[in-house]
Amino acid sequence: MDTITLTIDGQQVEVQQGATLLEAARELGIEIPTLCYHPDLSLHGSCRVCVVEDVKSGRLLASCVAPVNNGMEISTNSSKARVARKTNVELLLANHPNDCLGCDRNGSCELQDITHDLGITRVDFEGEKRDLPVDASGPSLKREPNKCILCGRCVRVCEEVQGVSALEFTERGFNSIVSTGFDLPQSEVNCANCGQCATVCPTAAITEISEVDKVWAALEDDTKHVVVQTAPSIQSSLGEEFGMEPGTVVTGQMAAALRRLGFDKVFTTDFAADLTIMEEGNEFIQRFKGEKNLPHITSCCPGWVKFCEHNYPDLISHLSSAKSPMSMFSAISKSYYAEESEIDAKDIYTVAIMPCTAKKFEKDREELVGDTDAVLTTRELARMIKEMGIKFETLADEKYDEMLGAHTGAGTIFGTTGGVTEAALRTVKEELDGEPLGRLGLGFEGIQEASLEVAGQTVNVAIANGLANASKLLDEVRAGNSKYHFIEVMACPNGCVGGGGQPLPTSKEIKQKRALGLRSIDESDSIRKSHENPMIKKLYDDYLGEPLGGHSHHLLHTKYQKRDRN
Amino acid sequence: MEQSIYRSHILVCGGTGCVSSGCKQAQDALKDELAKHDLTSEIKIVETGCHGFCEKGPIMIMYPEGVFYCELTPEDMPELVEEHILKGRTVERLLYTEPNSKKSIPSYEEIDFYKKQQRLVLGNCGHMDPESIEEYIATGGYEAIGKALTEMTPEGVIEEVKDAGLRGRGGGGFPTGLKWQFAAGAKSDKKYVICNADEGDPGAFMDRSLLEGDPHRIIEGMMIGAYATGADEGYVYVRAEYPLAIERLQKALDDAREYGLLGENIFGTDFNFDLHIKAGAGAFVCGEETALMNSIEGKRGMPRPRPPFPAEQGLWGKPSNINNVESYANVPNIIRDGAEAYKAIGTEGSKGTKVFALTGKINNTGLAEVPMGITMKEIIYDIGGGISDGNKFKAVQIGGPSGGCLPEELLDLPVDYDSLIEVGAMMGSGGLVVMDDSTCMVDVARFFLNFTQSESCGKCTPCREGTKRMLEILNRITSGEGKDGDIEMLERLAENIKSTSLCGLGQTAPNPVLSTLKYFRHEYEAHIYDEICPAGACEDMLKGYVIDEDACIGCTACARVCPVDAIEGNVKEAHVIDLDKCISCGACVSKCKFDAISQA
Repeated sequence: MDTITLTIDGQQVEVQQGATLLEAARELGIEIPTLCYHPDLSLHGSCRVCVVEDVKSGRLLASCVAPVNNGMEISTNSSKARVARKTNVELLLANHPNDCLGCDRNGSCELQDITHDLGITRVDFEGEKRDLPVDASGPSLKREPNKCILCGRCVRVCEEVQGVSALEFTERGFNSIVSTGFDLPQSEVNCANCGQCATVCPTAAITEISEVDKVWAALEDDTKHVVVQTAPSIQSSLGEEFGMEPGTVVTGQMAAALRRLGFDKVFTTDFAADLTIMEEGNEFIQRFKGEKNLPHITSCCPGWVKFCEHNYPDLISHLSSAKSPMSMFSAISKSYYAEESEIDAKDIYTVAIMPCTAKKFEKDREELVGDTDAVLTTRELARMIKEMGIKFETLADEKYDEMLGAHTGAGTIFGTTGGVTEAALRTVKEELDGEPLGRLGLGFEGIQEASLEVAGQTVNVAIANGLANASKLLDEVRAGNSKYHFIEVMACPNGCVGGGGQPLPTSKEIKQKRALGLRSIDESDSIRKSHENPMIKKLYDDYLGEPLGGHSHHLLHTKYQKRDRN
Repeated sequence: MEQSIYRSHILVCGGTGCVSSGCKQAQDALKDELAKHDLTSEIKIVETGCHGFCEKGPIMIMYPEGVFYCELTPEDMPELVEEHILKGRTVERLLYTEPNSKKSIPSYEEIDFYKKQQRLVLGNCGHMDPESIEEYIATGGYEAIGKALTEMTPEGVIEEVKDAGLRGRGGGGFPTGLKWQFAAGAKSDKKYVICNADEGDPGAFMDRSLLEGDPHRIIEGMMIGAYATGADEGYVYVRAEYPLAIERLQKALDDAREYGLLGENIFGTDFNFDLHIKAGAGAFVCGEETALMNSIEGKRGMPRPRPPFPAEQGLWGKPSNINNVESYANVPNIIRDGAEAYKAIGTEGSKGTKVFALTGKINNTGLAEVPMGITMKEIIYDIGGGISDGNKFKAVQIGGPSGGCLPEELLDLPVDYDSLIEVGAMMGSGGLVVMDDSTCMVDVARFFLNFTQSESCGKCTPCREGTKRMLEILNRITSGEGKDGDIEMLERLAENIKSTSLCGLGQTAPNPVLSTLKYFRHEYEAHIYDEICPAGACEDMLKGYVIDEDACIGCTACARVCPVDAIEGNVKEAHVIDLDKCISCGACVSKCKFDAISQA
């Protein structure tokens, strides 16, 4: 492809034809503020904050969408460009609540950052502001239209990455808003609760529904025995909230912080991930041998499960009936753990720290209600740690508590795309032919596939992350031409490391760093197979009996339901 | 096919304007009357498209004599048949009366409204049955596409259109031939041509009249465009509020298919082409080409960033050529008669004719097609018959919500694309709203901004938020709450919206404000600083009227017209208005011949 040479702020740069002015400027290390632009989404060109001046024509161009041309002379900071940029930000602020101090995104708000960076200290425009109700119908996500700047990132991520299209622009002009179809409450639409909208929202127009107050109340209630589980992917992302590099493994400091918050027991969902492998792995073996309900499709991701119930209810029988690790953990903590610790199950309060907003919905599902008492996102946990004045980065490493704190590398990689598949195959292969699994060599693509020989038979597996990718695989299954035996689906790009409850900001690059963090834990773990987790063995020996046995089935398996496509 | 020979034809205007003034009822009465006299086999009634002289509808023209009757009612029909048809006598009282000379004019061509027009694009409108493909063919229709397909290469067609100097009639004025060249140059297995018939400017109805009056001309123009650019499929995007246009276009498409003029191997060549109608839901922004394409695709009508331009990535990502109705309507003439004949009309930079919709405070409301370069004065006074009710001209708004308001001193301006841009207006699609001295120019700016503000799609910040802020300021000014700094704030916002908006709607939305600020700034200042609306139009600002006792001669005209008896005084003595009673209706002002009454 041809290259284009142009001048930006007096510096010459050569870029590929088709590149945008924004990309060319970044090549030179010149930062241009943006709001509607997001590297993982299609170009929108709507906020008009990234305008730069084409010196020869004097025209202002939105650099995020304007392609480079040979010989262009661009000024990113001419007086004209700066005034226009500030004016457009001021226009946004004139229709914004500007209640930063009490805002959920205070400190992580892109509008706030730009306002500060551009030196805007007052807004000259006054007039009517939007006055629309908050939708906190939940259970996962809260929408505050008054804080929306109509950048459309949520609309794009929901359509382009997730293929859900639960959000769209409605109304016109000044009355434009982002809303659901027919303005139905968030809880009544086909939203998967994945929270990708919240991760791309530059302001607090979409946030998780906070359960922090509920958890504080439980911690302060002397009659409650509060146990906490932390999802695998939190270990390599929580540090970002305290200024650490994405991917930094903070398992030990996290355990220490949780103890200081007052949790009675600090456990890990990694343990329950191993338990899931035992149940789901055996379920797959049964289906594979009996050639029934294949491909077998994973069900640990609640966003994916709800998406399937709305859009592919005919494929529900393909879903694993195994509960998610979070729900298995909670069920075990209120049964086995209660018995072992001689605590009345009704006094146990289980809190799950999840990278995920959809887990809040899972917790409330009629099939699972009562297992988990509260779900906090990574961001909510960080807020509690900060509120307690804990200097996270100075904490010395501590370990998980015994019993439900035992974990393997297999459980840990649940937090990244392909991890469930790899963990399952490590156990399934050994179970079937006694041979260990070789390297699967999985990367980060939206759809990946692998084939392996197991006990003389070929097993075809596919892995999808992002629901739009999942749909591609599901359409094949529906059409009856899928070649796969096992499909893993994670609703969020890159899996749980890219979850809707993870620290902000986020990008493909950040998500991959988190994934590599999890892989490094797995690689350094002494036990890397779920069936070798000593506490899992003990749990089956002492309490559950066999995987898929009667007791397991009652405690660890669930059902699904067809939902409307609203 | 059975052919009858008629001794006379009666052309009944069936344009939407005449339909709303009752042409259907008049036509029914005419039919009954003809039947009563057993004339049905001798006299043929032809329902035509718009004659353009909507002010005077319903209209009928009797042929072969060419007598023009107007403002007809069903009750006039017995006399018309009895006198004109049976006795051969012109019915004087139903003729058009020239407002100035008060003379009755029997002949179509003699009427001032038509004399200065050059009806090329509208040539068939009003003169033939728009639902008859045979009549279109009989007037030379589909000759141009035949010529293009059998005698010209696509490149040759593009050259001819370029040479003719045709520029986009939708408002932008981009050279049509060049646009076609871009689309022709794009490599793709699939291309589209699109006709933008989403006519949305307040008061504009050029495109509607063309589609209603001569639908085959649009189809033929699009076929030529498709051949030139390499497209085999087309869409006409027409507002659903134009049911008659859709109905007639659909009939035309059906007939063209039946005649083999649409479909495969047209004229025995390997050219294949077919057309669909897409009815738009009436969003003004869908007249913007990329929003229009989104709408055809079933998406929300929001503009896309350009580039990529439609010629590279248009409908469903395929190269697409999109032109306005009137642009396509010009094409058959260019190809059939050649670029030389076409460019003989017009100015250096703007060739051919332009259709304008004349509305507002003007005597002859209607549709007029004039050569480019004609002066505004000629359009308003010679064709439009001057200002209605004998009032004084104040301004003309041209170019719709994107255009500007021009004052009296610019009436001699030759109307073409470039001259209008120079004075802060634009050709636009052809809406022309005439205003008299009772019009407040701040209020006019507010009206147009209110329109664009509510029709903004809401996508980009400056258009969505900025126009709202401008409108709020204008609302304040026209309700008497303007303050120092408002004008400067309007200018700041206008500049920002113009220079940073995503699409043409936003980029031109401030024009009505900027042009009124340029030519009528004193009216803004009077509102803000003197707390007066000089035109007396902003109701919230009116505090009643006072009489200058030196100027008043005591004629009592004002007291007699006052509806609330607020004016007292003896004959031949100065009168006084009781401000407690005065309702600021302004009736006294219009009656006073001595300029003695002014706002309090």
